[in-house]
Amino acid sequence: MALLQISEPGQTTAPHQHKLAAGIDLGTTNSLVASLRSGMAETIADENGQHLLPSVVQFLGKQDEGFHSAYQTEVGYQAQQNASADPLNTIISVKRYMGRGLDDLKKHSIYNFVAEEDSVVPRIRTIAGDVSAVEVSAEILKTLKQRAVDALGDDLTGAVITVPAYFDDAQRQATKDAAKLAGLNVLRLINEPTAAAVAYGLDSGSEGTHVIYDLGGGTFDISILKLTKGVFEVLSTAGDSALGGDDLDHAIADWILTEAQINDPDAGLLRRILDAARQAKETLSEQQSTTLSIDLGNGEVWESQLSLQQLEKLIKPLIRKTLVPCRRALRDAKIEVEDIQDVVMVGGSTRVPLVRQMVGEFFNTEPLVDIDPDKVVAIGAARQADVLVGNKSEDDMLLLDVTPLSLGLETMGGLAEKVIHRNTTIPVARAQDFTTFKDGQTAMAIHVVQGERELISDCRSLARFELRGIPPMVAGAARIRVTFQIDADGLLSVSAREETSGVESSIQVKPSYGLSDGEIENMLKDSFSHAQDDIDARKLREEQVEADRVVEALLAALAEDGEALLSVEEQVVIQQAIDELAEIAKNSDQRAIKLKIEHVDKVTAEFAQRRMDASINKALSGQRVDDLNNK
Amino acid sequence: MAITLTDAAAEHVTRFIENRGKGEALRLGVKTNGCSGMGYVLEFADAVDEDDNVFEDKGVKIIVDPKSLLYIDGTELDYGREGLNEGFKFNNPNVKDACGCGESFNV
Repeated sequence: MALLQISEPGQTTAPHQHKLAAGIDLGTTNSLVASLRSGMAETIADENGQHLLPSVVQFLGKQDEGFHSAYQTEVGYQAQQNASADPLNTIISVKRYMGRGLDDLKKHSIYNFVAEEDSVVPRIRTIAGDVSAVEVSAEILKTLKQRAVDALGDDLTGAVITVPAYFDDAQRQATKDAAKLAGLNVLRLINEPTAAAVAYGLDSGSEGTHVIYDLGGGTFDISILKLTKGVFEVLSTAGDSALGGDDLDHAIADWILTEAQINDPDAGLLRRILDAARQAKETLSEQQSTTLSIDLGNGEVWESQLSLQQLEKLIKPLIRKTLVPCRRALRDAKIEVEDIQDVVMVGGSTRVPLVRQMVGEFFNTEPLVDIDPDKVVAIGAARQADVLVGNKSEDDMLLLDVTPLSLGLETMGGLAEKVIHRNTTIPVARAQDFTTFKDGQTAMAIHVVQGERELISDCRSLARFELRGIPPMVAGAARIRVTFQIDADGLLSVSAREETSGVESSIQVKPSYGLSDGEIENMLKDSFSHAQDDIDARKLREEQVEADRVVEALLAALAEDGEALLSVEEQVVIQQAIDELAEIAKNSDQRAIKLKIEHVDKVTAEFAQRRMDASINKALSGQRVDDLNNK
Repeated sequence: MAITLTDAAAEHVTRFIENRGKGEALRLGVKTNGCSGMGYVLEFADAVDEDDNVFEDKGVKIIVDPKSLLYIDGTELDYGREGLNEGFKFNNPNVKDACGCGESFNV
């Protein structure tokens, strides 16, 4: 007999037509799946009662044909246990490799990465064959999906998967690909902080501004969300990609090393010290003092007491470090601490009392800690999934996210023209008009870039495409409208259209290289520290482009009318001015170029006048005054 | 006759209503659909209609419209678990035959 769940009024579905949905938190270390049952969002445990699924996949071999998966795998706790015995076939933290290129991966990984000739996607060599990060993630998703199907009693209509707010297009696309491979219908990718806010039902509450403080194992993220008329908008995001609970453990471990006078610990001892440090941290979340006991490996055991007070002294500087991105996020969102209504705590490290205390003091409000900080993201995703499959008739939530970095394109002189600015809420479409640079130009290369800097060389290239078939016109006459569109999942498409002829071209951005949080962070930092340089560089480039344009136009004019309208001396003077301008434009003295352009303008003013007169004469000659009047 | 709940069902309904934060009752009913004639309705209730029948068992208020009551009178609502799956079961004495899955039935 089928098991039924309680529906919202009027939302009962026909038998076998249940709209089942799940929320999946696909984490670096652990993953979770949650679903709504009888109106209650809960994470789903496996048959052993474990809610967390370690994001670890061990490849055992190829699967016989006819199976759903191409590989025989072990996913979760069992794989985690086997990791040290079978390191090369057991993939840990695959999320870090999603949407990345080969060069990125080789730097920080033990795995045997190989790149196939016909593919830019790097693969990891395992006993079961070469597997991509997408395939590894798909194995995790398959396990979670199966767990949800078993628990809900029927196949899933769809799922919402969460991704870090900083995930770029490549990483989001890779996540979607993995879901597809796992046989999941992705209703939506949503940002982790947004999911956390939904979990607390901040969406159904009063209007206000909320902070999501997410201190995970290895990363720290802060997001500021604003709720207006039932609509969530992410005002800003910031973070530190190299700060997390692991760093707290390391701070305690360093203290142990000093106290125990260990100078040169081997890997095994260091592991034991770190484990002891983490355990002490967890114990001190509930107690005032704990005993550390470490097997030094030489037959001796070192023992000591660590009090809550001592621990807090050790970790305080690290927690203070998290407040720097908090300030930046406030500044980006253009709000003050007083404007903050709620602070949601996410990530296991927010169980540390000092974290709650310092964050509470900083934002001057008691942080929300009622929902398990490890599960809160999955629970929010489940709630959002339930709305998206249509199980809720009223107060539907519409979630908005932001782009982490500005998106734009390359203009003449290697300058980046931003079309969609950083922290713009998505989905969004922005159009900007561009034109041709040369007479008779029939094609335009469109180079899509991401980043905050003014010069193309400092930004990240996402894609290139060409718009061909522009009708020949004089420079500046064509009107090319370039539209940037980011869908609700944060995926970008760019299209270009020449307005007079209607020729079109477009691209779906699926960049082969991803960016890590750290790289995005650096790109942002660089844009702040290089702000003045960038402005100067932009001014210079713009002046150089202008100089090129003047030279180009004058040479064309000389070739056409020089002989007819100018004396030999005049031609020489103008030619000389053009040569001088072309020469000066090669240097990097913006002021000199500007002055020279003004000089050239003066020298050629008479020539321009004569050309104007000549063309008017030409237009009027042979026409009667009456004809002109009638026109 | 009346509609009753097992202890497990009452406990879960109370918890779910509390979690939902609004509505005080549970609506039971039938709909004519499904592979074997009729399907059950199990919903939170925010409003009671004029001709609804209201029952109360183990602190849970149950609402049934008069037409549905003909088909489910005497039903005991249970809560059970099958593997990872858990949910409500209708122990309905009126059922003559049900489809294999038990989600729809005939009287």
